Amino acid sequence: MAESFYQSYGVVVALLIGGFGLVAVAFTAARLIAPRRQTAEKLMTYECGIDPVGEGWSQSQIRYYIYAFLFVIFDVESVFLFPWANIFVRLGYQAVVEMAIFVFVLALGLLYAYKKKVLQWV
Amino acid sequence: MADWYAFWVTAPISVLSAVAMVLARNAVHAALLLVVNFFTLAVFFLILGSPFLFVVQIIVYAGAIMVLFLFVIMLLGVDQVIPLRDQMKAQPVAAVLLGAGLIAEIVLAVRISIGFSHKVLPDFRSVNAGGNVQALAKVLFNSYFFPFEVTSILLIVAAIGAMLHGRRKIGEEETIDVPEPAPIPAPAAEGTAR
Amino acid sequence: MLALSILAQAPPATPQTATGHGPLIFTPVAPELILVGVALILLLYDALEPQRPHLALALATLAGIAGAAAYSVYLWFWVQRPDSPSSVLQGMVAADRFTVFFRLVILGAAFIATLLGYLYLERAGEVRGEYYPLLLFATAGMTLITAANDLIMVFLALEILSLSLYLMTGFSLRRLASAEASMKYFLLGAFSSAFFLYGIAFAYGATGTTNLPAIAHKLSGQVGPLALALGATGLLTVGFAFKVAAVPFHMWTPDAYQGAPTSVTAFMSAGTKVAAFAAFLRVFDVALSPLVWDWKPFVWALAAITMVVGGVLAIAQTNIKRMLAYSSIAHAGFILVGVTAASRQGIEASMFYLAAYAAMIVGAFGVVMLVSVRGERNLNFSSYAGLARRDPFLAAVLAVFMLSLAGIPPTAGFIAKVSVFEAAVQAGHWPLVLIGVLTSVIAAFYYIRVIVLMYMQEYLPGQEETEGLGREPVGRIAVAIPALLTLLFGVFPGVLFGLLKAASVIRF
Repeated sequence: MAESFYQSYGVVVALLIGGFGLVAVAFTAARLIAPRRQTAEKLMTYECGIDPVGEGWSQSQIRYYIYAFLFVIFDVESVFLFPWANIFVRLGYQAVVEMAIFVFVLALGLLYAYKKKVLQWV
Repeated sequence: MADWYAFWVTAPISVLSAVAMVLARNAVHAALLLVVNFFTLAVFFLILGSPFLFVVQIIVYAGAIMVLFLFVIMLLGVDQVIPLRDQMKAQPVAAVLLGAGLIAEIVLAVRISIGFSHKVLPDFRSVNAGGNVQALAKVLFNSYFFPFEVTSILLIVAAIGAMLHGRRKIGEEETIDVPEPAPIPAPAAEGTAR
Repeated sequence: MLALSILAQAPPATPQTATGHGPLIFTPVAPELILVGVALILLLYDALEPQRPHLALALATLAGIAGAAAYSVYLWFWVQRPDSPSSVLQGMVAADRFTVFFRLVILGAAFIATLLGYLYLERAGEVRGEYYPLLLFATAGMTLITAANDLIMVFLALEILSLSLYLMTGFSLRRLASAEASMKYFLLGAFSSAFFLYGIAFAYGATGTTNLPAIAHKLSGQVGPLALALGATGLLTVGFAFKVAAVPFHMWTPDAYQGAPTSVTAFMSAGTKVAAFAAFLRVFDVALSPLVWDWKPFVWALAAITMVVGGVLAIAQTNIKRMLAYSSIAHAGFILVGVTAASRQGIEASMFYLAAYAAMIVGAFGVVMLVSVRGERNLNFSSYAGLARRDPFLAAVLAVFMLSLAGIPPTAGFIAKVSVFEAAVQAGHWPLVLIGVLTSVIAAFYYIRVIVLMYMQEYLPGQEETEGLGREPVGRIAVAIPALLTLLFGVFPGVLFGLLKAASVIRF
């Protein structure tokens, strides 16, 4: 591959390194500067001021899974949207119609979920 | 040259994260290590000149699939320690054999498809002229537009399924399986159960 | 990179795909569009109108299926026009009478299954509106796979129909057996899909295309090592064998058929098999036809072992749904005999067999559903003792199906068996025919046993709940139609063979 290929991704890499660096600096600075006197109270997991009960690794409910699953489905949709966004100007109305049908069908699914109160918190 | 650096920076991370994932005792840690591995795979796709797969790898695998993995792990409960070692004695052997078989198969499949001798590779550059993603989009929205639309039906069926089976009313959680009355052997209807 | 770039480079499969947009002709997929359209409308109607009458959903479903069938009849003539293309939508969808024939068989099974489903949901008290959209989606997947002219289309259609059926199998939310069946079916089905997808990848690697005629074209010109193509053939065989429930890939069948609501069992036992075999025939007799001498021995062995194992295991069953499940496995073996012949005659015989099989299995499960009063009861053979006295109509209809499944004249099952055996003999597979005849004799035992139970045994009081034993006219009609067809095809097979003369040609 041409070197120029990497130039556009160089920014991403730089940002990534910068982000990691920022966090690392902040944490190291806090560790160096802050005084540390630990008590049992302080070491407790913070949970809105309420004493934590039980383990953090608790079993979660199946109904959360629906959200995860719906996320996956619309995530897959975004995979198709990505190449489409790159080309729809060149392909013209044809590509717009194709994507409109695709999104419409999936939007029906969302409407169905909404009407069946699947999206409502229970 | 940039290829070379990118590869040798990513490759050790890839291998290490994969090994650590297999060895991790906590399932959540294993899942997070898998995310790292997915990211390195994404970089490999980029090095090979396929930005589309790079994006798919991150959006779908590192994003969505990992969310599903973590949800399943949390659904089962992480704190349950199941002594796997006792349950499957033959598993390590089988795993090694199957792994070796898979490697052999992949190598063979690739070698056969591009030829054992150094056959000329397809001309990627002309295909990808104007961008790999654009080239893919052109094919997807022209020749493959009907399968593309059919995919939306597949996705909506999956969505309905998740909603239908994932969310049940409290009253529906009781089961009504009634035990079948014991079969009375009628003279002509004899036979062992099942 | 490798795969994607080759994808982008794939040579145009048919002239019309040359560059960009050829004329988009949607006519050959109009039945699917109708089915999917009705399904989406029903989905919304069910969600927007919580008080919707159950009957309205069922009637709309029936209307959708009838509309799709009517359009298919129109297509029967449309595809023969001199100016109609052999494939449309960039070579993705085939337009031939082969497809139309299978479409009509599947739509017929779906029509009966809708009637049965309406009754089942009413009786079991499990009325949920999703049943009908799922049934329509599954039907659309089944009819689409018969028209798929590209491995990608085959896979997508296969997934649509499978996914819908996993959901319908687990439709009885309150029965654990139903959930268990759904889970088993899903896990093994997903496993088989992986095989299938791997096979597609190999086929693509070997030929650089997924278009069925293009694959055939590439393979026929090839002289070098065919390792990849053979790998593809093997993996595709495994994938299809799972779907048609051929031994040794049949493990899911008895559990899924038993656990599923009986109306769903009736639908999937007929629909899936017909759809999967239609795709099987098209993929193997078009795309892989240059490799016919390589895949023939495998399909031969598959047919033999399926007939024997399915036939023998059915003897040991005491539950009628399981017995019919094993019987459906055995029938997959008989149909494979026709596939093995790999001739025009073999295709024709397989198609006749599939139509006959669809009618008799949908009807047999229909009667089982009617006898099991409410939900899943009276499934043991003892419940059938003396059925002739309690309900002569159901007993007579079931007797017709049992005779047909056994392959005894004057039913469709007899003609079907004779024709596949004849095709196999013509192709020189007489050992296979010998195995088939022997297993047919064994199989006759357990089909006749049901008839003996119904007609010659006294009914044992307290063994079954007779209350409301299928007196609804809907249920009677739903089992009477397949019974009439079974007899019609048995007495006048020429009716069907006349159509098959024109339908057994796969255009490409």
